[in-house]
Amino acid sequence: MKDMLSKQAVGLKPSGIRKFFDIVSEMDDAISLGVGEPDFDTPWHIRDEGIYSLEKGRTFYTSNSGLIQLRQEICNYIKRKQGVAYDPQHEVLITVGGSEAIDIGLRAVINPGDEVLIPQPSFVSYEPCAIMAGGVPVIIELKEENEFRLTAKELEDAITEKTKILILPFPNNPTGAIMERKDLEEIAEVIRKHDILVMSDEIYAELTYKEKHVSIIEMEGMQERTILINGFSKAYAMTGWRLGYACGPREILQQMVKLHQFAIMCAPTTSQYAAVEALRNGDDDVREMCMAYNQRRRYLMNAFREMKLSCFEPFGAFYVFPCIKEFGMTSEEFAERFLAEEKVAVVPGTAFGDCGEGYLRISYAYSLDNLKLAIGKLSDFVSRLRGEK
Amino acid sequence: MREELLAIIERNSRIDLKELAVILGVEEIDVVNELQTLEEEGIICGYHTMIDWEKTSIEKVSALIEVRVTPQRGQGFDNIAERIYKYPEVTSVYLISGGYDLLVTLEGKSLKEISGFVSDKLSTLDSVLSTATHFILKKYKDHGTILTKKYEDTREKVTP
Repeated sequence: MKDMLSKQAVGLKPSGIRKFFDIVSEMDDAISLGVGEPDFDTPWHIRDEGIYSLEKGRTFYTSNSGLIQLRQEICNYIKRKQGVAYDPQHEVLITVGGSEAIDIGLRAVINPGDEVLIPQPSFVSYEPCAIMAGGVPVIIELKEENEFRLTAKELEDAITEKTKILILPFPNNPTGAIMERKDLEEIAEVIRKHDILVMSDEIYAELTYKEKHVSIIEMEGMQERTILINGFSKAYAMTGWRLGYACGPREILQQMVKLHQFAIMCAPTTSQYAAVEALRNGDDDVREMCMAYNQRRRYLMNAFREMKLSCFEPFGAFYVFPCIKEFGMTSEEFAERFLAEEKVAVVPGTAFGDCGEGYLRISYAYSLDNLKLAIGKLSDFVSRLRGEK
Repeated sequence: MREELLAIIERNSRIDLKELAVILGVEEIDVVNELQTLEEEGIICGYHTMIDWEKTSIEKVSALIEVRVTPQRGQGFDNIAERIYKYPEVTSVYLISGGYDLLVTLEGKSLKEISGFVSDKLSTLDSVLSTATHFILKKYKDHGTILTKKYEDTREKVTP
């Protein structure tokens, strides 16, 4: 058949992660530091609630927007954490992971030709989702000298008359960067001035190691122009449950619910019941996991200092993003050689945007013992490379 | 730091001091001082090793014994608890709310040894009214550690 495929789909670059995944999968004994999900099991009381819901025969669709008690718990949670109120009836939508919320959020607001500002390095989905929504991605290259934060100046410089929405991916995957209150205040000022929207992807909100996470919705006049995205994957170690949510202005949510309804119907029912339990009784679990991540983060930062590998100190998510420019190789070359010679998998920074060149993403969603083993190998590898020069 | 420190060494008391300092984000000397203080205050009472004796060729039998006793005037349960915990084969003694008073755990070489202890020593104590002995058949989890299976990483090796 001629022209079987969508040009737009074909035109999308395959994820750089996928390519690396294929190489790693062929090696049985590789140690991986390449995983973007928690190493913890979902806390048992949450799993138990999912099982219980199945036992009770709660195996039907929920309403399109999701269980009302879950939406209510989400509103309580945001009120508690951010001090901002949402209406559970009209301003919250339960989605299949944060990923779905990114997709339909963009499709709900983009008209052909609208520019979508995407700070990079960042999660792999924003750019293709923006394209599939008919938007034009405009990349803002974040800099290590700013600790990979988005500055007001960088934002201002990227805005044109066509700019529709800014994606704000903090705490950030892959850099681990966070935005603090003062940073967000400056960003909010530019956003208000140019009257654009924000999609704030806060999936790692619970995992910060400096001040408590601050959201852009706390800034004056921002709630009404922000699509807030969060979910259960990272905070409650629930990646496989595929459950996220979006909160935002009623008009936008109405359109998102429509798209969600036609494509998805509703998020998985079992997961929704489990998530209610997570929000009601999961605070201690989150605190414990966060503490464990922080210990590993400190361990890695110290290890990098000892091997004199340059790395800015990240305060969010569970990634570090060391710089490997001193070795005169591309990120991909480094990662491939490291894998071949030491059997340790890390993800080249370029998987998250061209400006990730010269960096590696190392995940610390691994036990300390595992990290120690892998970091020992990194140290050997780095010494060997330095010896070659 | 205290709570976090205790949480770590409760799981792994053999952790290297330098590493402990690194993951807590403090100086090594502070860790040393804090540990010493915790020991002096009796908060840290010992550094034991968890052993799954099942996996060795050494025979061990453990039992839980529910003990009902008559409390003594002015002493409550303390006196009788002391008389019981002084036996070296007794590994723990707890005062319990509910249907009985003391929960005693016991370790011995054989069923015979344990039943001998209960009938000869424990039951014959003046204030002991009754005992109920439960032998432990299998330990699935002990001190927060699952003994029956090892952690296995089943995640995909590289994900975004």
